[in-house]
Amino acid sequence: MSKVLKIDKNVHEGVRELLRSFLENKKVKGVFALKKINENGAVAYSLITNPNMVEAILPFFPFMPANAGKLLSHLTLTGSLKGPIAAVVRPCELRAFVELVKREQGSLENFLFISSSCGGVYSLEKSVNGDLSTDSELWSKYWDGVKNPENQMADVRPTCKACEHFLPYSADMTVLLLGNKAIDTECKISLNTDKGEKFADGAKGEFIEEEIENEALKLFRNKRIEEKKRLFAESQIEKFGMDGLIKTFGRCIGCHGCSNICPICYCNLCTFDSRDYEWEPSTYETEIEKRGGIRVPPNTVFYHIGRLTHVGISCVGCGLCSDVCPADIPLSTIFLKVGESVQKVFDYLPGKDVEEAIPLTTFETEELTEVED
Amino acid sequence: MSEHRKPNTEHRNWQPKIIAFLCNWCSYAGADLAGVSRIQYPPNIRVIRVPCSGRINPIFVLKCLQNGFDGVLVSGCYPGDCHYISGNYYARRKFAILKTLLEFIGIEPGRVQFSWVSAGEGEKFAQVVKKVTDDVKKLGPAKRFVKRV
Ligand code: SF4
Ligand code: SF4
Ligand code: FES
Repeated sequence: MSKVLKIDKNVHEGVRELLRSFLENKKVKGVFALKKINENGAVAYSLITNPNMVEAILPFFPFMPANAGKLLSHLTLTGSLKGPIAAVVRPCELRAFVELVKREQGSLENFLFISSSCGGVYSLEKSVNGDLSTDSELWSKYWDGVKNPENQMADVRPTCKACEHFLPYSADMTVLLLGNKAIDTECKISLNTDKGEKFADGAKGEFIEEEIENEALKLFRNKRIEEKKRLFAESQIEKFGMDGLIKTFGRCIGCHGCSNICPICYCNLCTFDSRDYEWEPSTYETEIEKRGGIRVPPNTVFYHIGRLTHVGISCVGCGLCSDVCPADIPLSTIFLKVGESVQKVFDYLPGKDVEEAIPLTTFETEELTEVED
Repeated sequence: MSEHRKPNTEHRNWQPKIIAFLCNWCSYAGADLAGVSRIQYPPNIRVIRVPCSGRINPIFVLKCLQNGFDGVLVSGCYPGDCHYISGNYYARRKFAILKTLLEFIGIEPGRVQFSWVSAGEGEKFAQVVKKVTDDVKKLGPAKRFVKRV
């Protein structure tokens, strides 16, 4: 059983009311959330301090303009923010932030994390060409899918439909969305930590006890696990070999959008953008000599394999790489599948617990003898 | 596959090219000892000396395979003996991750091997090289991850 704050408003209004009261009562210094930025339905993450601006916050707008984890890392890269900040983020974004904090790229201090049982987001493509706004058909369809596991979010990204980590692991508050048929009239917020309870104290609403893991959530989870199996099987990654790699990655145009958007790729200068990665003229010459011809620029497949070795262990599967790829490469499926097999070696779930070290930064003296020959 | 790469791979007397990353403090010295003691081992390895097995970036291994090496050997100090205390433990973890990845890209496990050899083990070094060479010979030339047009 968890302690739950129940507000008699729809989920969006309920969360806005809570955020407004935080600002007005000076419980927080700022609010970080998705905010409407114009009338065409565009939203962006924003950090606001003025309670009057809360009106424009759309806490669960089904679009991910960036991984919030990466943004929060930017905000706290050289130290923590002074005032408490209430941050409304999705579970995979929170996991990405935790992962970045473990890599010393940010600080969790002074944040109140508000997350939700997540229904996923639409693709970038669907979201930016004006089809998605609060009075669009996509919007109502989305909420229909969130309420009802049967019409499991028809058009959200494949990554989201196959995401089983839709409950946040380290949020102070979880807004209960998935499978909750009453979200149009009530806003239920589970208070997961002492901090969450402390902040909720005095809020307008009723405090009740409720089981979070209910039947509807189980249904969602099973459906998503099934979908993940299907997606992984369809990708045929095990059988890749060089031909598969060329087939899949060969159409990459080398924009490096995937690594730029990736929350885990935090390096200021990526190896693959660096001089290290360039060939000397003499290398070109030897290669041409040897092979009769080369693709220019070279190393397209190598870039992806290389990135897999860098981010696999920490990939939270937020799906942004697939979202931004102009060549329509199913990056997220590939990275998550390979990532999960690497994570399994160390029984590691990235971003779950900030106290748990990233496997590559620690070791056991007796382990993995099977890799030695 | 282009004509250009054929001759070398189908040659009856094909000999694998194997790159060996050897830790300066143990395996490299082990190799040295094997040499000084005139212990024979297959001449298929090309040695790169590293300060510690922990120095090895998985990208190095990938690059070797991409550039046409048929096998890669990584060798460092025994657990507990690393000159820098724990470099080899980290190396082992990196290696475990790399192995998983190699499976996905279809590189046969025997092509990339990891072993511990101390400075006093000239004999063992020769054995390791022999084993790796034999394994890679059985697998044949590496074609899977070699650069193509
Ligand atoms: S986003 Fe797509 S096209 Fe751009 S580098 Fe990544 S895989 Fe290649
Ligand atoms: S691909 Fe590797 S080097 Fe490039 S940004 Fe990501 S982690 Fe850094
Ligand atoms: S010094 Fe030899 S493995 Fe670290």
